[in-house]
Amino acid sequence: MTTPSPARRPRVALFVTCLVDLMRPTIGFAAVKLLEDAGCEVVVPPSQTCCGQPAFNSGDRKDAVALAKRVIAEFEGFDFLVAPSGSCAGMIATHYPELFADDDPWKARALALAAKSRELISFLVDDLGVTSTGARFDGTVTYHDSCSGLRELGIQAQPRKLLAAVEGLTLTEMKDPDVCCGFGGTFAVKYPDLSGAIVTKKCVAIEESGATTILAGDLGCLMNMAGRMTRTGSKVEARHVAEVLANMADGPAIGAAKTGE
Amino acid sequence: MKVTSPAFKENATAAIHDTQLQKALGNVETGFVAKRKKGAASLPEFEALRDSARDLKIHVLKHLDLYLEAYERKVIASGGHVHWAETAEDARRIVTDICRRLGAKTVTKGKSMITEEIALNDHLEAQGIRPVETDLGEYIIQLRGEHPSHIIAPAVHLTKEQVAGDFRRVHEHLAVDRDLSEPVTLLSEARAVLREQFLAADVGITGANFLVAETGTSIIVTNEGNGDLTQTLPKAHVVLASIEKIVPTLEDVDTLMRVLARSATGQEMSVYTTFSTGPRRADDPDGPGEYHVVLLDNGRSAMLGTEFEDMLRCIRCGACMNHCPVYQQIGGHAYGWVYPGPMGAVLTPTLVGIEQTGHLPNASTFCGRCESVCPMRIPLPRMMRAWRAREWEKALNPGTQRFGLGLWAFLARRPGLYRLAARIGRWGLATLSGGRGRVARLPLGDGWTKHRDMPAPEGGTFMDRWKAGERP
Repeated sequence: MTTPSPARRPRVALFVTCLVDLMRPTIGFAAVKLLEDAGCEVVVPPSQTCCGQPAFNSGDRKDAVALAKRVIAEFEGFDFLVAPSGSCAGMIATHYPELFADDDPWKARALALAAKSRELISFLVDDLGVTSTGARFDGTVTYHDSCSGLRELGIQAQPRKLLAAVEGLTLTEMKDPDVCCGFGGTFAVKYPDLSGAIVTKKCVAIEESGATTILAGDLGCLMNMAGRMTRTGSKVEARHVAEVLANMADGPAIGAAKTGE
Repeated sequence: MKVTSPAFKENATAAIHDTQLQKALGNVETGFVAKRKKGAASLPEFEALRDSARDLKIHVLKHLDLYLEAYERKVIASGGHVHWAETAEDARRIVTDICRRLGAKTVTKGKSMITEEIALNDHLEAQGIRPVETDLGEYIIQLRGEHPSHIIAPAVHLTKEQVAGDFRRVHEHLAVDRDLSEPVTLLSEARAVLREQFLAADVGITGANFLVAETGTSIIVTNEGNGDLTQTLPKAHVVLASIEKIVPTLEDVDTLMRVLARSATGQEMSVYTTFSTGPRRADDPDGPGEYHVVLLDNGRSAMLGTEFEDMLRCIRCGACMNHCPVYQQIGGHAYGWVYPGPMGAVLTPTLVGIEQTGHLPNASTFCGRCESVCPMRIPLPRMMRAWRAREWEKALNPGTQRFGLGLWAFLARRPGLYRLAARIGRWGLATLSGGRGRVARLPLGDGWTKHRDMPAPEGGTFMDRWKAGERP
């Protein structure tokens, strides 16, 4: 593992994401551990809430701009913004600059933050040169490529590379891992039957892969897939890839009952 | 054509439960997705060609007026006629006038989505002129009184058994016990029946894949050869094309053709590529006596200079819908008008109005697969989002959605209140889950829990636990 010298330790601001904050703090702690192990100084800016993507994708530009300005102001002073989500990182890295006109002073600030905003796993591999996180996980996993991370940020090889270095882990690919799971943010609620049909197809592919754990880099997609699998009585467990890579996959999986309850 | 897009949700649900349709839609993945992948991979310069194709169309759209006028001069010089149609109604009138003047009773048609857009068949029938579709897929759906469900494979929503049933019903003069179990037998039967129509036709109508400014040529690509007979046998050939089909030179056609068939069907080229320049000349062995081009605007020029201009780069390959997880589930009819899938979700609101078609740009997960395969690199998700923004400005979306998002945005701008709301929300979900790890039915959230559970929150919010000093 590459560990930069203490004098050059990058100062990384963790963008927790609203879903991780509310639903699964373990992913946030796993992100902190992975970043610190890789030699980063991690700060959690205290007033962060949401990147504004729900507003942006709903056409509500005014609220999207207001929330983007908050994130820019709170995160622009660090070396990097890192999020355990390709969707939120994609919002900041590719869409924030679109929110401001060229002559708006916020445009340059949005571009500057966009240039140093990263999704967690690709940051570890591409920026920090991490090749192994020293984790152990006994089981067969399959990995779903979440759409924003895949197509906006080019995340595909990086998680597979780190998973290959996890002791005891076997990665088996499902059919079409790069096809959408049907989450799509508010889409899942606005078009339940369509979303349900798409996630049903995805879960068939997961089952047929023979894996006992489904991993992905975005909690939204994971909640969608896990929710469908618990509904149908599937035994496949869903976890964020960071939990496995940080050796923090011993708690209940997403949607699973707490042990002993 | 009646717009049923306001009923998109109901249409989609019906499509999901239609077992025939679901069986037919299986062909989209095997027939198009896999073949496009292979076709693209077999050409090392494919990605670079996509860039060239995109840049070419960007250039054309910046100088559309110049190229259209140059094209018109060349068509006239080769003995043809150019008709400018600002609206669908203008185009229908121009075509009927030509047919009436020639005393046309039967009109053969090559595959053309523009004639669907202007609802030409209904109009011709109302005037006592019989339109006959000659593309196999179009012929099938015409027999069924349907509309195309895909821009290049109009009958992709049907199984071969359904088609065999239609042929038995309509082709009554043929032996009842004939074998129609294979696609190739269906094709030969249609071919034999259509042969007579080609000979009977007074006017042949085709679309155009490209209009070439330097030569005044219209080009169609087909796999069945029906377009050739449609346009060479009758007294007149009428080309119906929208204004953005123009390209400067034959060399440019080459660039676009190299990405078109590969993106559409994975073929290197379609089987037939037919060039038409003017009517039959004195020493030509065959060809139409008259050659007309109807150039349709129908709202396209108004897209120039707007956030929807990039849509005019579309060359109608269908790759966006073939790769769309939503289209794959429901097919084309659910979208409720002529153009389905991601390209339709952007184009239909410009042609029909966002008031009726708001569902189309909303029914997308923004997965971006359409853009990733579009040969012209059209930013389809960006434009669907732009439609959502217009909807939001006009307050066309449901009040509950606006209220929910407004409340969330209000809280997200106030971290103190937001943390409090997160704590309450987390507690509520945890209580509902009753320690089972999931919630099977969410009050006010039945959209989520209709087909899946809501996983329960793990315990505490990250921000609270971090503030309390917890570390990994």
